[in-house]
Amino acid sequence: MSNLGEITGISGPVVKAKSDLAIRMFEVAHVGRDELLGEVIRILGNNIFIQVYEDTSGLCTGEPVYFTGSLLQLDLGPGLLGSVLDGIGRPLTRLGEEGIFLKKGSHASPLDPDRKWQFFPSVEVGSLVGPGSIIGNMPETSFLNNRIMVPPDVSKGTIRSIASPGEYTVSDELCVLDNGYVIKATQTWEVRQPRPVMMRLPFDQPLITGQRVLDTLFPLALGGAAVMPGGFGTGKTVTQQSLAKWCNADIIVYIGCGERGNEMTEVLEEFPVLSDPYHDVPLMERMILIANTSNMPVAAREASIYLGMTIAEYYRDMGYNVAIMADSTSRWAEALREIGGRLEEMPGEEGYPAYLGTRLAQYYERAGRVKNMGEPVRNGSVSVINAVSPAGGDFSEPVTQSSLRLSGVFWGLDKRLAQQRHFPAINWQQSYSLFEDTLDHFFSSRLGPEWKFLKSYLKDMLERERILKDLVQLVGRDGLSEQDKWLLELVEILKVVYLQQNAFSDVDAFCSLDKQKQLLLILKRLDDVVQVKLEAGLIYDQISSIPFRIDLLKLRDLDQPELESKGKYWLDKLQHQLQDMVVFK
Amino acid sequence: MIKLFREGYTSLTGIVGPLLFLKGVRQPGFAELVSIETPSGVRTGQILQVEDDLCVVQVFDGTMGMDTGKSTVWLERDIVRVPAGDALIGQILDGRGRRIDGKTIGYIEKLLPTSGMPINPVWRQSPSCYIETGISTIDMMNTLVKGQKLPIFSGAGLPANQLAAQIVSQSRVPGSDTDFLVIFAAMGITQREADFFIDTFRSTGAIDSGIFFLNLASDSAAERLLTPRMALSVAEYFAFEKNYDVLVVMTDMLYYSEALREISAAREEVPGRRGYPGYTYSDLATLYERAGCIRGARGSITQIPIITMPDDDMTHPVVDLSGYITEGQVVLDRSIHDRGLYPPINVLPSLSRLMNKGIGKRKTFEFHRLMADQLYASYARAQELERLRLIVGDDGLTDTEKLYLAFGREFEARFVNQGSVFRTLDTTLNEAWECLKELPNTELYRIPPCFIAEKLGSGREYS
Ligand SMILES: Nc1ncnc2c1ncn2[C@@H]1O[C@H](COP(=O)(O)OP(=O)(O)OP(=O)(O)O)[C@@H](O)[C@H]1O
Ligand SMILES: [Mg+2]
Repeated sequence: MSNLGEITGISGPVVKAKSDLAIRMFEVAHVGRDELLGEVIRILGNNIFIQVYEDTSGLCTGEPVYFTGSLLQLDLGPGLLGSVLDGIGRPLTRLGEEGIFLKKGSHASPLDPDRKWQFFPSVEVGSLVGPGSIIGNMPETSFLNNRIMVPPDVSKGTIRSIASPGEYTVSDELCVLDNGYVIKATQTWEVRQPRPVMMRLPFDQPLITGQRVLDTLFPLALGGAAVMPGGFGTGKTVTQQSLAKWCNADIIVYIGCGERGNEMTEVLEEFPVLSDPYHDVPLMERMILIANTSNMPVAAREASIYLGMTIAEYYRDMGYNVAIMADSTSRWAEALREIGGRLEEMPGEEGYPAYLGTRLAQYYERAGRVKNMGEPVRNGSVSVINAVSPAGGDFSEPVTQSSLRLSGVFWGLDKRLAQQRHFPAINWQQSYSLFEDTLDHFFSSRLGPEWKFLKSYLKDMLERERILKDLVQLVGRDGLSEQDKWLLELVEILKVVYLQQNAFSDVDAFCSLDKQKQLLLILKRLDDVVQVKLEAGLIYDQISSIPFRIDLLKLRDLDQPELESKGKYWLDKLQHQLQDMVVFK
Repeated sequence: MIKLFREGYTSLTGIVGPLLFLKGVRQPGFAELVSIETPSGVRTGQILQVEDDLCVVQVFDGTMGMDTGKSTVWLERDIVRVPAGDALIGQILDGRGRRIDGKTIGYIEKLLPTSGMPINPVWRQSPSCYIETGISTIDMMNTLVKGQKLPIFSGAGLPANQLAAQIVSQSRVPGSDTDFLVIFAAMGITQREADFFIDTFRSTGAIDSGIFFLNLASDSAAERLLTPRMALSVAEYFAFEKNYDVLVVMTDMLYYSEALREISAAREEVPGRRGYPGYTYSDLATLYERAGCIRGARGSITQIPIITMPDDDMTHPVVDLSGYITEGQVVLDRSIHDRGLYPPINVLPSLSRLMNKGIGKRKTFEFHRLMADQLYASYARAQELERLRLIVGDDGLTDTEKLYLAFGREFEARFVNQGSVFRTLDTTLNEAWECLKELPNTELYRIPPCFIAEKLGSGREYS
């Protein structure tokens, strides 16, 4: 056969082959007698270097290499939601039928070829459609419609025929255009290629996470990118999983990129039984899980994030808000470094290839809130939330720094806070959001103008405590005023009651925006009540035995409306209690 | 398979450290096994890299005394395998799975590849079965569950071996009838350390239900890379084919990683942090990720790797990378050790990520999580105040803060410092309350008041 080459060298996941053909960069190849999947990553004369997505043990030189002629691509269609794919898009549930261990050389499309889906056409014969236009709907889960679209790379045309309502498989013909193009429920897309959009929209709506410290202090915009670096055990995975559970995106693409197998299992066990807080259906129905765990082949890890992004863009194009989470970018970068090393490339900083930043950008730049192509007019978004695992927890390393440059939100996780079991261990001094200004309008119309004020109150208190603590470290406590002593106590309360949020708590894992505001309001009023008395001469010791934290934690477990009334009652009672205290002036 | 002929080559062109370079090989297979016949005996090795007809071979027995002229390399045309079968139980093997007394292993049921295939994540089951180790700081605050990988981060001279041996000999799974098997993989430890483990296991009887792989400090680095892989292949066999709960103790992962670095340097690969190769994370993951539980299987693999932190540095690449893969860590602390406390576990940097799944009502006790949270919060505060005390002095502390100091000291002296005894969870819980008693109720804000009243009586007021 003509499109064959021959293996001439093997070094871990990198295989060298000889071929006289015109081979393309990133062309997919089937390597060896077992037909292991791989991708061309370097061409030097007739020496072709291939990164192989599977274990290469036992492969021999002289074995054949078959070049497929196409780049790495993915079948997109109904049935992706709720599924678990490996790093190159093979359905793990279907591969699991072959046994508990992953075998080599399996090939399978992520879509079930036999399953039938309801189809409801939304256009008629003779209508003009273009790239991205919706021609009908297929209910994919109990609440979400898969919108069947004209693929982005098809030119304009009028509808010559359209299927009538009924049941179809993903490869059945649904629509034919006058230019001869046939539309099916499946479309394929090359994963390293961004899917086109009509135009980009401003970042003026938030991705609501239900996590107080994030929504209040460091909000992420729909279509924005957040980076979450942190040493081991600081809470990256727990936070990402919380967001996957509670954030207000329509669809979540969760990529376990070089992390633990058990964490994938956790999602697979929990999400089908937990309810989506917005639609009351199992959370799994809005999830797509991509699992390339740390013991799976590294080359597939490199591909996994582009694969995830392609799926995210596909649903974005239908007009949905998609959140994509990768845990962790560092493992992806390490895969890049390992492959680069095998190619004997000149390493850049810390051994990472010099093109690390460029490759990362090819991922991050695909995020955004957009106006979609085609009719009807609609908007969609892809928001990115990526974890980074810096070596030694040191944020100055290249993966953290390149990621920060490409993103708008930095949620820095702090080892010290995690050790104190202050979770989420977001360091409030280090973290930032660049979207605060563009989101300002949304928050003040949703929560009223006082929200901004409450927010800066919180920031101000945290900052004042930091300065005060530094001072105490230097000169001791002798000079502390009664107000200072109260400030230290108050900020402790703010941390325990407001910033901390246990992801495993039934009642507090998610906190609505309204409740966030109410809670913050109560805390601010508490401060007001005490301040008045301190001014009148109250000594801090007089109130140090009041169980503020116990009471407030109890209040925090209430629902928003009840919180408002009970909170007011508690504050009134406190005011009375303080009223009775003798003030020595 | 019976081989009709053997393929041998005498075309060695070079020897570098543990590596051989062999030319003119017809279609060599990646990662395959070779035997090397030398005048002083037969050695074995594995093909590390192939480039046209040139092969790089790593020799498990070391290359000392070899020359290029008088050696023949025979291709086995098979990958590296380890024998598995009941006959292994109770055996002490070398780092390559051969009996240390030179005898052959009795009946072998299977020859398993050492590399092991990744478990399909959809087949895994979340580990959720509580293991009672009898160590208060672990059972109460960093609970170990069946199928977890929980390393001990240690420092030179700290009693990690004692702790590991103690855990192995006294752990139990309340209410379980599954057979228990200990697999011990020693990598680069000294004869003295190996003797300590074997003697301890002998005295507790653990030796009869264990399998021991010993690659000692004097054995070759190439073999050191093989030892844990063999041990884990055997573990998988007993866990998933024979329904054993297997506990794998691997010591010391630092020396394992140093062997990885040694081979990498010999291959002239680009070094990463502190000279460790860039693929150290992936390599360690292929070992650690072989722990776990499988849906429908009764057995499980629990791992307790021991990792020495050079210079007590938790950011050392081997320690750091391990922490990123394992499901928590138990950290030994020199200052606690120096104060004469045993086991010197510092709970603050310690963590068990799978704890939540194994505790609570019907598993341990209802308020386990809250109790652990309270102990963490209070001890963290006590430690912070100890530091503050150095600046402001005793007089600068409030009355409540002094109570915290008292709590902190009680916690270390009583709760942490249990000695080498087994404590039931009940005893552990009582000890915890003895410490928390030092603090006023207002400070015990994570524990439900009803539980405080139950344990400390309702007489204590909010003051
Ligand atoms: N919001 C939270 N609420 C309660 N506990 C938390 C929270 N966040 C983190 N934790 C605790 O911290 C532990 C470690 O968190 P996690 O596994 O997310 O860390 P990680 O940063 O992903 O670590 P690694 O880089 O090693 O994967 C969890 O097992 C849990 O006990
Ligand atoms: Mg994680």
